[in-house]
Amino acid sequence: MSTTHHFKPSLPPPAMSVGAIGWLRANLFSSPFNTLLTLASIWLLWLTLPPVLNWALFDATWSGSSRSDCSAGGACWVFIQSRFSQFMYGFYPAELRWRVDLTVILAIIGAAPLFFRAMPKKWVYGVGYLLVYPWLAFWLLYGGPGLDVVETSQWGGLMLTLVIAVVGIAGAMPIGILLALGRRSEMPAIRVICVTFIEFWRGVPLITVLFMSSVMLPLFLPEQVSIDKLLRALIAVTLFEAAYIAEVVRGGLQAIPKGQYEAGRALGLGYWRLMGLVILPQALKLVIPGIVNTFIALFKDTSLVIIIGLFDLFNSIHQATVDPAWLGFSTEGYVFAAAVYWIFCFGMSRYSMHLERRLHTGHKR
Amino acid sequence: MKPVRTAALSILAATTLGLSSHASAGTTLDAVMKKGYVQCGVSDGLPGFSFTDAQGNYKGIDVDVCRAVAAAVFGDASKVRFTPLTAKERFTALQSGEVDVLSRNTTWTSSRDSGMGLHFAGVTYYDGQGFLVNKKLGVKSAKELDGAAVCIQAGTTTELNLADYFRSSGMKYTPITYDKSDETIVALEAGRCDVLTSDQSQLYAQRIKLANPEDYVVLPEVISKEPLGPLVRQGDDEWFNIVRWTLFALLNAEEAGISSANVEKEAASSTNPDVRRLLGADGDYGKDLKVSKDWVVNMVKQVGNYGEMFERNVGMGSELKIARGQNALWNAGGLQYAPPVR
Repeated sequence: MSTTHHFKPSLPPPAMSVGAIGWLRANLFSSPFNTLLTLASIWLLWLTLPPVLNWALFDATWSGSSRSDCSAGGACWVFIQSRFSQFMYGFYPAELRWRVDLTVILAIIGAAPLFFRAMPKKWVYGVGYLLVYPWLAFWLLYGGPGLDVVETSQWGGLMLTLVIAVVGIAGAMPIGILLALGRRSEMPAIRVICVTFIEFWRGVPLITVLFMSSVMLPLFLPEQVSIDKLLRALIAVTLFEAAYIAEVVRGGLQAIPKGQYEAGRALGLGYWRLMGLVILPQALKLVIPGIVNTFIALFKDTSLVIIIGLFDLFNSIHQATVDPAWLGFSTEGYVFAAAVYWIFCFGMSRYSMHLERRLHTGHKR
Repeated sequence: MKPVRTAALSILAATTLGLSSHASAGTTLDAVMKKGYVQCGVSDGLPGFSFTDAQGNYKGIDVDVCRAVAAAVFGDASKVRFTPLTAKERFTALQSGEVDVLSRNTTWTSSRDSGMGLHFAGVTYYDGQGFLVNKKLGVKSAKELDGAAVCIQAGTTTELNLADYFRSSGMKYTPITYDKSDETIVALEAGRCDVLTSDQSQLYAQRIKLANPEDYVVLPEVISKEPLGPLVRQGDDEWFNIVRWTLFALLNAEEAGISSANVEKEAASSTNPDVRRLLGADGDYGKDLKVSKDWVVNMVKQVGNYGEMFERNVGMGSELKIARGQNALWNAGGLQYAPPVR
């Protein structure tokens, strides 16, 4: 005798726990407190979103040529449009702006192979790129043999912001790593020098450093000698950020277990090979979030050059708002600045997350 | 191959270091002639005084003063380069030789003139602190402002002048301070204060930012003296004379009725001895200044006389629409007076 058991088909889950309604119940109305928070948030959005959208989109003026076209009551994006090229290039001569474009394109094309994981001899290419590209970029932007010279006082806008940020990042990274190694060195002289350097630069605000470089330095130099204003700012930003990077990297070095050092030495590796092959690759991987954090802060700090009269993106926008033809549109200008800064910082942040995932070595929780 | 590379590297190194020589080897004038342009310090942005248009050209009355100096020295108003300077770094830039002239809405005071190694060459704009009120208030004079709420930008001499003025006229007021000038105008528009006080030239610029500028009026009272003018380094009288007489020549040209439209005709055919001297038709008054004989012709033709400069940048020809007031010529009820070219 055998009995056949017939199972009833499973019932579908209760209608209230699946689909949109289920999601809402689980995430927004799961408890009285959550319900209260949800309602409060909806109320806040209801208060703020419509006026913002009206101002930025629906009542905004998108085309025209002067302030008289902006009578709709919303944002006047015409102002941004009419000044857009200045926000991007500053006072860089219009007929030479292709040089800036080419510099950016070369940077992207040149760096592209580095992002392919399978590329052979990648680090040889990378070092070569880092040795060649800066000179090429300098030649294109500033001029020199075969190209008209464009004084740095004519540089401006987003281009100047990027120049300061990229030079700051590229310069601060190697100096910072050396400082971090120096601070943990067993040679007292080197350790003292590195500690002094780091603590000095971390002890003063960037705004003071920039101000000193632009106001005090010229008084100390003989009257015939003047160092380019942008160069002064670049050196100040690089040294300042190097001190911060050094401390971030030191954090990574300290996180590496002693066994790694001992194992490296047991293999007969000298100091530089031990660091380069064993310690640093692990340490740097660990501190990616900290490094990117510093870089994002640096990118935004570039706007401080406004106090030494360099026309970076932010100062270009500020300058445009005092043109009598466009007085009263500073809100539009600052919203635009915020949007550009956000795009770059968000981009850096996403890339760092991608890097962390790719280099994931079991530390991640 | 090798020498070429070494040369290229040394050029790169030199340009990277940006080492360049500045004034001081000889006089400022010699240095300016040698480098071929006047380096002029201007503001990093002040409506009507120095700002850049959408094409990136510098404009404003402070900017035009520098163009006029270039026209006097080189006969070409375009041989000038501008260095935007913040309020804090302006004096250092001039002292260190980074700029040859500082034309940056700077108030002429005794301490600046005597204590900093600098010399004011004259006055391009007589400014002073004033009041902006809503017409609805029905106030016609600052004397009627007893008990008013006043919007001010914090940390400026404006605050002190305001306190002095109200105390000396025996009136009471409530100060409402803000950090940025943009905030003060928003507060006035929202009705958080009855009056906005600032330098008059800036009140006109602030008024444009209002939704209905016609509803607001600048009161006639001026409660402080703010004469703005260009500066040069002390101890170089030759250069000082050029800048000072550039200003005087611009005023004299307006007084004699010489403008950019008629200057060439006047230079060729005027019979008025004053005009003939000024334009170099009689005698050579440029020689002692170490500029060319027709320096005033070049200047007025390319930049205009003082009146043209004023109207174009801050006056009726601009968005600011500031009346001449104290900046009218002496014979038209103002303060602008220039010694004769003779």
